[in-house]
Amino acid sequence: MRAKRVTFRHRWLPYALIAPQIIITLVFFLWPASQAIYQSVLRQDAFGLRTEFVGMANFKRLFADPLYLESFWTTMAYSAMVAASGMLIALVLAVMADRVIRTATAYRTLLIWPYAVAPAVAGVLWWFLFNPTIGIAAYAMDMLGYDWNHYLDGGDAMALIVIAAAWRQVSYNFLFFLAGLQAIPRSLTEAAAIDGAGPVKRFWTIQLPLLSPTVFFLIVVNVVYAFFETFGVVHATTSGGPGNATNILVYKVWRDAFEGLNLGSSAAQSVILMVIVILLTAIQFRYIERRVEY
Amino acid sequence: MIENRPVLNIVQHVILILGVTVFVFPIWLAFVASTHTARDVNSGIPLLPGDQMWENYAQVLGEGLSTIGAPPIGLMLFNSLIMALAITIGKIVISLLSSFAIVYFRFPFRVLAFWTIFVTLMLPVEVRILPTYEVVAQLGMLNSYAGLSIPLIASATATFLFRQFFMTVPDELTEAARVDGAGPMKFFRDILVPLSRTNLAALFVILFIYGWNQYLWPLLVTTDESYYTVVMGIQRMANAGEEQPLWNLIMATAILAMLPPVAVIIGMQRLFVRGLVETEK
Repeated sequence: MRAKRVTFRHRWLPYALIAPQIIITLVFFLWPASQAIYQSVLRQDAFGLRTEFVGMANFKRLFADPLYLESFWTTMAYSAMVAASGMLIALVLAVMADRVIRTATAYRTLLIWPYAVAPAVAGVLWWFLFNPTIGIAAYAMDMLGYDWNHYLDGGDAMALIVIAAAWRQVSYNFLFFLAGLQAIPRSLTEAAAIDGAGPVKRFWTIQLPLLSPTVFFLIVVNVVYAFFETFGVVHATTSGGPGNATNILVYKVWRDAFEGLNLGSSAAQSVILMVIVILLTAIQFRYIERRVEY
Repeated sequence: MIENRPVLNIVQHVILILGVTVFVFPIWLAFVASTHTARDVNSGIPLLPGDQMWENYAQVLGEGLSTIGAPPIGLMLFNSLIMALAITIGKIVISLLSSFAIVYFRFPFRVLAFWTIFVTLMLPVEVRILPTYEVVAQLGMLNSYAGLSIPLIASATATFLFRQFFMTVPDELTEAARVDGAGPMKFFRDILVPLSRTNLAALFVILFIYGWNQYLWPLLVTTDESYYTVVMGIQRMANAGEEQPLWNLIMATAILAMLPPVAVIIGMQRLFVRGLVETEK
């Protein structure tokens, strides 16, 4: 890793400067993470009196546990839906806003601020909107002949948290899509237009291919967001229910640790989540390296 | 505009306006609900604001919901503000210092230090919930502002951003400063920090929103009502148990909880966009 050509000399100053960051990292990040790994190979009896080394038993039990597997697939489906719907809506809006240059900034102002709303608050807002007894959206669904009830129907509850999580993320995706679209050279689109390509054809053959780095980047960011940052949406609204229909992995780790008090299992789940974050970060960084060359 | 297609233009504006409407609708309805009495909200949703606005907001800010044991929102807003500012300023300060050390000094363990900071990227709170909670408990930091903010202020992103920026600062500036007899800290204070002003401001906007919107962490480390933050407090109101939720007051709280970060985004839109794009590089 490079440093400056011109540097300062000092015996202790650089250590003093870097110490706060390193201490916090060691105490609150690395130490807990190593504890999670350590606890994931132990089993504690019900009173916390005896612990024994059990090797990979906690992991084996997790992957044999239908509840965990269900939570795993629920999380996969959930994050795929959050990423897909959030990105699709944002892309449509960004393409539209990109074409109306004069008012693009005005639309941007109107569309970015849901990003400021905390996921938990977003959850409560949509919870209210879809409330089966007083919610206006539930009322509208009823008029259309659909009996919406996220208290009883797992599918409805899942749809609700997807909407709440994606709503906020559309703002973010929109910003990146709009920036990506505005970076496409005007001359390319104009040349295609002179050759007789209409707006739809231009989108598929010019804009979308040139946007593909942005698309790829946003897929990773959105999946990370859905996996790790939407705990609040679930906790403030469905609490994982009805049944386990919205019991996503992060929520399950929290519940098993603080309500189930199952330390070994919770630690093993933490370790699995760590592996997932590391994989996702690695993908993200590989991509960024390529973008720098590009 | 590449070609003039009036029909297409109209379609575009229609889609955009529709999109904006759907986007804003939940917030509009929350605002409307916060201006009515609980009975009006529960007996069919009005679409226009009512006349109970001052009563509702005064009640949540001043008294809270004594029936379900929620403290006044005024206090929660204050706690959120302290937490958000402590996280924002803390992250900026320690990242500035550590990237200064990494870029402007050569010392043993420099690369190791860099990678140690880098690893924090891969360890969000969500994947180490219980052990981190135990550390904070052992340090006696539960139910305190320190516990709410300090464990969150390590930041790889901010450190990378400043490192990236410092690498672009011309070496001539450093040489000139050294010729004039300025030590490292004087150079840092009088040259580097003023040059980083725009980056600082952009980062401030992003981190303030990040800090304000924390949910899981305050939920873990606070059991004492007087340290609740507003974003987590709202959940206790919504899940109050058997009683019919007081939606008008919950929505008033929701509006108050989103007001500061929304004001920051709208007021500093350019810095926000810049910060968002830069921190993701």
